Order: sequence, then C-alpha cells, then structure tokens
Amino acid sequence: MAASRFLGLIAILALPALSGCAVLRLGAMDAAGPIAEAQRNLYFLLAIVLIFVAGPVLVLTPLIAWHYRISNKHSTFRPKWVFSWWLEGLIWIPPAGIVIGLSFLLWNYTQRLDPYRPIAASQPPLEIQAVALDWKWLFIYPEEHIAAMNELAIPVSRPVRISLTSGTVMQAMLIPRLAGQIYAMAGMRTELNLAASQPGVYRGGNVQFNGTGFAKQKFDVIALSPSDYEGWLAAVRAAANPLDPSAYAQLFEKTTPAQPILFSSAPEGLFQKILSRYQDPDMKVHR
Amino acid sequence: MSAAEAKHAGINLGDSDRETHEKAGSEIFGFWIFLMSDAVIFALLFATYGVMLRGTAGGPSAADEYRILPAFIETLILLTSSFTFGMASVAMKHGRGLRTVLAWMVITLALGLGFLAMELRDFSTMIADGALPSRNGNLSSFFALVPLHGLHVAAGCLWLAVMLVQVPCFGLDKRVKINLLRLGLFWHFLDIVWIAIFSVVYLQGLIR
Amino acid sequence: MNGAISPTILGRLEWLSLPFVRAWQNPTPDELIGAGAATIVVVGMAGTIALITALGKWRYLWRDWFTSVDHKKIGIMYVVLAFVMMSRAVVEGVLMRMQQATAINAPGIVEPDHFAQLFSTHGSIMIFFMAMPFLTGMINYVMPLQIGSRDVAFPLLNSISLWLTGGAAGLMMVSLVIGQFSTGGWSGYPPYTELEFSPDVGPDYWIWAVTLGSIGSTLSGLNFAVTIYKMRCAGMTMMRMPLFCWTTLCTSILMIFAMPPLTVATAMLALDRYLGFHFFTNDLGGNMMNYANLFWLFGHPEVYILILPAFGVYSEVVSTFSSKELYGYRSMVIATMSIAVMSFTVWLHHFFTMGQSASINAAFGIATMAIGVPTGVKIYDWIWTMFMGQVRFTVPMLYSLAFMMTFVLGGLTGIILAFPPLDYLVHNTLFLVAHFHNMLIPGLLYGMLAGYHYWFPKAFGFRLNEKWGQLAFGCWVVGFYLAFMPLYVLGAAGMARRTAEIFEPAFRPWLYVAGIGALILLAALVALFVQLWVSIREREANRVDAGDPWDGRGLEWSIAGPPPEYNFAVLPTVSGGDPFYTSKRNGDAYLPPERYENIEVPKNSVVGPLLGVFSAATGFALVWHMWWLAILGMLAIIITVIARSFIRDTHRIVSATEVERVDLAWRDKLFASRSISREMETTSANQGFAEVAA
Repeated sequence: MAASRFLGLIAILALPALSGCAVLRLGAMDAAGPIAEAQRNLYFLLAIVLIFVAGPVLVLTPLIAWHYRISNKHSTFRPKWVFSWWLEGLIWIPPAGIVIGLSFLLWNYTQRLDPYRPIAASQPPLEIQAVALDWKWLFIYPEEHIAAMNELAIPVSRPVRISLTSGTVMQAMLIPRLAGQIYAMAGMRTELNLAASQPGVYRGGNVQFNGTGFAKQKFDVIALSPSDYEGWLAAVRAAANPLDPSAYAQLFEKTTPAQPILFSSAPEGLFQKILSRYQDPDMKVHR
Repeated sequence: MSAAEAKHAGINLGDSDRETHEKAGSEIFGFWIFLMSDAVIFALLFATYGVMLRGTAGGPSAADEYRILPAFIETLILLTSSFTFGMASVAMKHGRGLRTVLAWMVITLALGLGFLAMELRDFSTMIADGALPSRNGNLSSFFALVPLHGLHVAAGCLWLAVMLVQVPCFGLDKRVKINLLRLGLFWHFLDIVWIAIFSVVYLQGLIR
Repeated sequence: MNGAISPTILGRLEWLSLPFVRAWQNPTPDELIGAGAATIVVVGMAGTIALITALGKWRYLWRDWFTSVDHKKIGIMYVVLAFVMMSRAVVEGVLMRMQQATAINAPGIVEPDHFAQLFSTHGSIMIFFMAMPFLTGMINYVMPLQIGSRDVAFPLLNSISLWLTGGAAGLMMVSLVIGQFSTGGWSGYPPYTELEFSPDVGPDYWIWAVTLGSIGSTLSGLNFAVTIYKMRCAGMTMMRMPLFCWTTLCTSILMIFAMPPLTVATAMLALDRYLGFHFFTNDLGGNMMNYANLFWLFGHPEVYILILPAFGVYSEVVSTFSSKELYGYRSMVIATMSIAVMSFTVWLHHFFTMGQSASINAAFGIATMAIGVPTGVKIYDWIWTMFMGQVRFTVPMLYSLAFMMTFVLGGLTGIILAFPPLDYLVHNTLFLVAHFHNMLIPGLLYGMLAGYHYWFPKAFGFRLNEKWGQLAFGCWVVGFYLAFMPLYVLGAAGMARRTAEIFEPAFRPWLYVAGIGALILLAALVALFVQLWVSIREREANRVDAGDPWDGRGLEWSIAGPPPEYNFAVLPTVSGGDPFYTSKRNGDAYLPPERYENIEVPKNSVVGPLLGVFSAATGFALVWHMWWLAILGMLAIIITVIARSFIRDTHRIVSATEVERVDLAWRDKLFASRSISREMETTSANQGFAEVAA
C-alpha cells in the first residue's frame, strides 16, 4: 500500500520531467528567429557564469553547517574568530569582478537587442502596426492597406518592424519564440523589431493583465515563405471584408473574436487615428 | 557649541530651560524626520508638475491662467509670517511673557489666514476661467501641488489656533514649548516649500 | 434588487454588492466560493466576538492590549494580524494554483473576474498586511530590548501606526463581504484601474487600504529611526548594536523615504477617480508612465524594507546557534547600508519593457546586478559565522539554512531578470512570479518564522514545540520548491502571469506539480497553527521564564521572559558587542542592581484604536461614496488628535518597590533554575538558564 502510494508520488513527480521538453519548445529555448536566438544564447552564457556565482554558496552552506554541528566533537571551535582580511577580500572582490564583467556583457547585449534597433538585412523591413485592444490584437499592414485581427502573417527571413500602440489600457506583446515583449500604451508608440528564420506558427499574446478576457487574448504568428506570404496577401485582399466605420467601432468593444478576422482593406492613417484618439480634447471618448 | 546644545537643529532652549531642551532631543528629531518624509511628497509633486508641463491636451496650462502679482503678494505674506513666528519663538525662548508670545502667534495666524484667503481667491478665478484640474494633466498637477501646500498651511493655522488655546491654558510648560518648536519648524518648512513653488511654478511660467 | 439602496446614506451600495445576495440569485460555484469566503469572514468575526464575550475578556483585551502603548504588546498584536492575514492570502494562493491546474482548456473553478480579485488581494495582503505587519511587529518587540530601552521613542504614535494598519487590514476583509476588491493586481497599474476601465469599487478599496497601511508604515519607520538614534542605553554605540538593529535602521530609513512615493501614487489615482484629475488617464494629458515610476520608486525599496529585517534575524540566529560572534560585523553593516542606498537606484528594472532607450535600461540593469554584491557578502558572512562554530539545528537555524540555499537561487534568476534582453522575454510571465516568491519566501517569510521561533520564548516564557516546528519547516521548504520551481519553467515557456485559463496542454504537468506544492504550503500553515496549539497546551513543560533559552547574545536575553512592562528594572550599561553573552562569560551577568528607582511609563490610550476605527470608517465611506460618513470620519480624526493634545496626564509611575518586587521574584526563579548545556536546549530541561562553558 505504502509502496504503491510512493510509486504514485514518483510518477506524479516524474511526469513533468517526461513531458518537460515539450513545454520549453513553446518559449525562447526553441528560438525561431535571430532575436530570440540571441536572447537564448545570452541566457546560456549567463547561466554558465551564474553556476560559479551560486555554486560556492550551495556547496559551502550545507558542508560547513554539517561539519561544525555541535555533535561533531572533532571540529575546531573558535568562538572568537570573527574576521579575516583574506576571506573579506574573497567575498567582496571576486563577486564585484563578476558583476563588472557581466556589466560589459549586459551593456553590449542590451544595445544589440534593443527592441528599437532595426535588424540588419538586405531587404527593407516589413512594417506592421499593432494595436492592443480589449481583448484582441489588430495588425495593420500599412504598405499593403490590409489588416488582420488576432493573426499576424509575416514572410520568413525578412525583418519585421512592429509599431505598437493601445486603444485601451496598457498591454504587452510577447511572441516568445521570436522576441521579447514591449508595452503598448494609448497615445504612445513603441516599437519591436523581430524576424522569423523558419516557417511555422508561433504563439503570441498579451502578457499584461487587462481584464476578464485577458487569458484569451492570444494570436498566432504565421511565418510563411515569401511566395506563401504573397498568396496570403492575395487571399486577404480577395476576401472583400473592409475595415469600414462599423468594423472600426467594433474594435473598441470588449470582446475576443472566436476566429481571426482578415480585413481586405484598412483606411489610410488608421494607426495614427487610434494613436491620437485620446489626444483629441473634443472627442469625449472617456466615460 | 557643546554636545547638549547640538541635540537638535532648531531653536535651542538650552540656556533658559535645560529640562525641556533635553526632552526636546528626540521629539524635535522625530519631527525633522517627518518633515523629510513630507519633503519627499512635495519633491515628487514638483517632479510630476515638471513632466506634465506639456500635458495640456490643447487646453490652457496653469501658467496661462495664474497671475503673478497675487502670488508675489502671497509670498511676501508668508515670508512675513515666518518672521513673526520666529519672533514668537524668540519670545518663548527668552521668557518674554505669555502676552508677547501670544501676540506674535496671533499675527502669524492672521497672516496665514490672509495667505489662504488670497490663494483661494486665485484658485476660484482660475476655475471660473475654466482652468479646472479635470481639464488636463498640466492643471491636474498644478492643482495637486499648490493646494497641497495650501492644505498644509491650513493645518498649520489649525495647529496655531490650538496652541493659542493651550498657551493660556497650560502656560509655557514643557509640552507646549516642544509643540511650539515643532510648529515653528513646520511653519518655516512651508515657507521653504512655497519659495520652491513660487520659483518653479510661478516664476518659471514667466519664462516662455 | 438592482440599483443603489439609499444613495444619500449608503452611497452606491446595492443589494448585489453583497456576495450572499449574488450567490442566492446565481448559485454558480464561483459565486458560492465568494459567498463562502464572505461567510468565513462574518462567522469568524461573529465567532470571535461571541467567544470573547462568553469568556468575559473584553475588558481585559481593551485594557491590556488594544489601548496598550507598550512596544511589546503592540509587536505581538502586529504579528497576530500578520498571521490572520497570511491565512487568508495563503488560501487565496492555493485557490489560484487550483484554478490554473483545473483551467486547462476548461473554465476551472472560479470566474476570470474572481480570479483577478484573488491575485490582487493575495499580493496586496502578502505585501502590506502580512509582510509589513510581521516585520514591524518583530522590530517592535525586539529592537527596543536589544538597544536597552524602555520603549520606542513615541509609544502613542506606535499604537496609532498599529491601528492604522489594522484599520486598513479591516478594509481588506470588509471587501470580501461588501462589494468586491480591485482586479488590478497589487501594483494597481492605471489606466486599467482608472474609472474608465474599472468603474466599480474595487480599486477604491485598494487605494484606501494601501494608503492607510503606507501612512502607518511611514510613522513606524520614523518611530524606529528616532528610537535607534536617540534611545540607546549607555555604552550602546552604533557599532555595538546587534545587526538586527542595523537592519531595522536601514528598513526604517527606507520606510521614511520610500513610503511617500506610494502615498503620492495612490493619492493621485484617487484624485483621478474621485475628482476627475488626469494624472494617469489615457486622455487629456494623463500619463500612466508616471505611475509606474512613482509606484516602483516605492516598490523597489519596499523589497528591501521586507528583506532587510529578515537579514537581521538571520544574523542573530546564525550567530546564536553557532555559539559564535557574527563574522565580519563591520562588513555586514556596510553591506546593509549599501543595499539600502542602492535600492533607490534600480526602480526602473520593473519596467524595462516600457520602451525607453537601451542605455537607460542597461544602466539600471547594471545597478541591479551591483546590489547582488553586498547581498552575496552577507550570505558569505553567515557561512563564515558557522565556520569553526558549534552549529545546532534548531528550527530557526533550519529556516536560516534553507534561506541561504534558496535565496541564492532567487538571486540567480534576479540577475537573469536584470539583463534587459532576458527580462523582455520573461517579464510579466510566471518566471517573474517564481522569482519574487523565490526572494520573498526565503527572504521574508522564513526570516520572520525563524524570528518567531527564536523570540517566542522571550515573549511568552515557553518554547514552541520542536517537532511540529520541524514539520512546518519541512512543508514550507518542500512546498516552496514544488510550487514555484515549475513556474520558472512555465514562465520560460511564455506563460503569462495572472492567467485564469490556459490553452496549452503542455503546461498541465507543471501546473499539477505547482498545485501540489501549494497544498503542501497550506499544510505548512496548518502545521504552524497546530504547533502553536500544542505548545500552549504543553507550556508548563517547556517554561523558560528565566529568559535565556538559547544562550543568547543581546540584551533582550538578559531579562525575564516575558519581560516586565518597563523591560529593564535598571537601564543597562554595555561596554562591547554581544553584551549579554560577554558578561555571562565574564561572570558579571545577572548582577542585582544597587538600587531600584521609580520608573515612568506611558499610560494606555484610546487614541490608537479610535484613529484606527475612524480612518477605516473614512476609507469605507470613500469607497462607497457615503460622503456624510467620510466627512464625519475626518472630523472625528481631527478632533481626536486635538483632544489628545489637551490631555496632560499621560504617564504613570511604577514605584521602585514594585520594580524591586518583580525583579527579585524573577531572580528567585532564575537561580532556582538548572543551567543546561546547548545539547539540551530543545528538551524540557531547558528553563532558560544557560550553562556557560569555561
């Protein structure tokens, strides 16, 4: 009885280990673009350094506590020993050195992986304008004059420059397998540069809580080969579902569409309009 | 200066009232710490006013609406009140008698109330002109900073009024003296904050 | 049933504000859970009141506790408040883990809105009404004893702080029964918490509870700082103070400077919500980025307000239970001070993702890593304290060891989060949740529990049960690892925090493990209460009223347990660090004083409880727009303060004969006790009289 219960416990504990790898494939550990890849590499580099930071404490604490336990009559007891310049140097200087070393790493990577920094590539970046709404995302393709709700199709290998704003409260857009997150705030424009290096469907979503529909506010990033991307564009345009004034009004309703919605046309300056929506003193959008 | 005299920063009662002076050590020190905490609040409101200067949303800014002359007169009134409170403290320290202390306190209270009356008139003029705090962020930050100072002055006036009852009631006993010392610090602190408001808010509004 | 009942009197209160009515009309599991929680509060309150009435203890409670301005009683009341609030917040935490474990492609047990209230109250309570009262109570009890003082500098103000905090905690509890709490998280970020998006009463409850609590904490910080600067006994120089007093001083300084930004932030949010100001609104020039800055200008130092006192406890515990002077005292003091100062330079790392320039992010990231250096130094100092000592694995020591190992892991993930490019990936995910629990559970909770076990015998005169203590400890540690390590993985996989529903089946096993961990944490809490119960029942066997059960080092152990109201019959004079330990070795401990003198102690005062009730009533009135009550409450507060200033008879005298009688009675008990060796300190042989090895 006890044995079977014990085995059951083992099974429960082993469960995550067995399926553990699956979960990490949803995040930057399984990077699908150059930005996430660089972030993952930085993570591994840092993890190696940090082993040397934590290691001594993790080893010394139990070792010393156990060796100097009161019942061990063979250990030295020197209650008045309270200081040593050597040890003092050892605990201040190497950690400070590691931090200084890491500072260089941090500075470089922060500049390199600045979300505003354009990704170097032969092609010009694809411009996307993302609008955070309750509880959905609107992606405007200004050059193509189309828009998509809760679906972001991008061509593989071409850099993507996403401008973000919010039509409501503050949100944060995260596509873990492609890049880190950035906030989207009403009346302000933030920017996120990313790229996908292989075709696939990547999960994205809002990670800053914004109400009851928060958990559902997810979208798929569909990375397509250039030809498939052209095909996608053509299909969207052919759908004859323009983002007209009534569709615009619906944007600000607190809903999540069951399926992604593709808009065959989006008015010029839509992003700008939403950006300045709250700025207009005559427009009583509040309350 | 001996160690005992340096017990706290403020009017030293060391020469005339040793016992109160000893007791005042932690009481006055505690009040300094309170003022420091209060100063952080004002500092943050100043910072907020600074970053919200441009948040006018197409409406008027505080600088468009307030008038400098009344603000200048208010400054003079408040500075004078600091002087008169200082005279009350000196009279207390040197045992000039209740009547003198009370007289200076009454003058200070009158000046404080005069300041508040003028300030309220300024605010009502602004509000009558449509410069409400709900109009835009700039005015919000103005109406958080300046009236908060006014609220402090009002609290100071109430405190003064209470002390005007306590001085005749209890005479200049230990607790009354320490309270007057603290009130003095408070009153001068409000003066300093006002000078900052006058420079940062009102005078800055002239440079445009 | 819809609409306000009586707008002039009850403001915007409706029948539907009551969870019972909601559950009656719509008996879903979610509403029933809400009504159940409200029932627990109401029945708990009614039961407590009935019990006190039945036992006839009201007069005793009022006279000996509620109106007391004795720092020791105030300290104990703070800790009781912390335990009560912790019970609620732990249950909420478990409920959240259960929700996430059951809501994988399913609705789970609570509605999203209820879930949002759960994480908002869990966070707000754990920070403001569990952690803050716990550490404030601990400081209150211990610090004046350690510096050889009769009380804190401002005993009445201390009582006012307690009651403001208590009133604020009361508001939190009322929000379970009347209306609902905020859904905006413990940080209450606008514009979500603005009227446009959250028109209900929730954020108002949050605003007033947090504001009252933060004012109480500011006043506590002021009080402690003045106490340490001005009330040390003769010979107790700053550099002879126990380290707990140093961490108290640093925490107090942080409270004085870091609580005002929170007050400003909540006050501005209140102005926005009540008077239509535009500080953080989307429209008309408001800017929510100011809120993020103000909040974290408080929020980051707050982390160290929480952690530093625990560091102080660990310094005491490790030194005592290693029978060794603290290694590198000076180094510890410098490290503590550096942490306190540097904590003001890193607030921006809470919003690396707000779009500021890379250089700004990098600068704050580096500052964040730099704090790791003094923190690491402290950990090593504790290790070197054990080095060449005689370590006893008592419950406080177990907590200290678990802290050192676990906190380091949290520090590692802290460095990961300090790297802006990595923060972009895991900010707002469960990785962050795992990180701050990884810091605060060892860095605050374990510390407070270690201190609770360590100083309990001082406060009550008997030891806590060791076995149940070990069991609780085991559950806290195992539960922590099971509950939070999976969250690192889930966060790295991109799972957002505050998610009521999950659509990734791959998360399932990890959420199950975390759920089991949460249940073990609940068991740990239960074990603590059982321990208290068992310890009270067998208290006679574990009496240590001679006052020194652990061969203690500081002045707090040189007096009876529990100490008399005035602490020291005669104020001590010290000539070095660890004064009591040294004098035991020198043979001059327990020397009877040459003569006893009258002692002046502050009289009880109703001002604290009155202000607590009035301010809570004002807060409640503001939440519900009962303007008459709000005005009445504020007037009552002002009148109480003014009335108090007219009361001259504030102190009473404990006569020298009474002091002598109490002191001699203790000495009789002391010398009748058998001194014991350290091996026997967790047995009934321990009567609080330490055997001093040659």
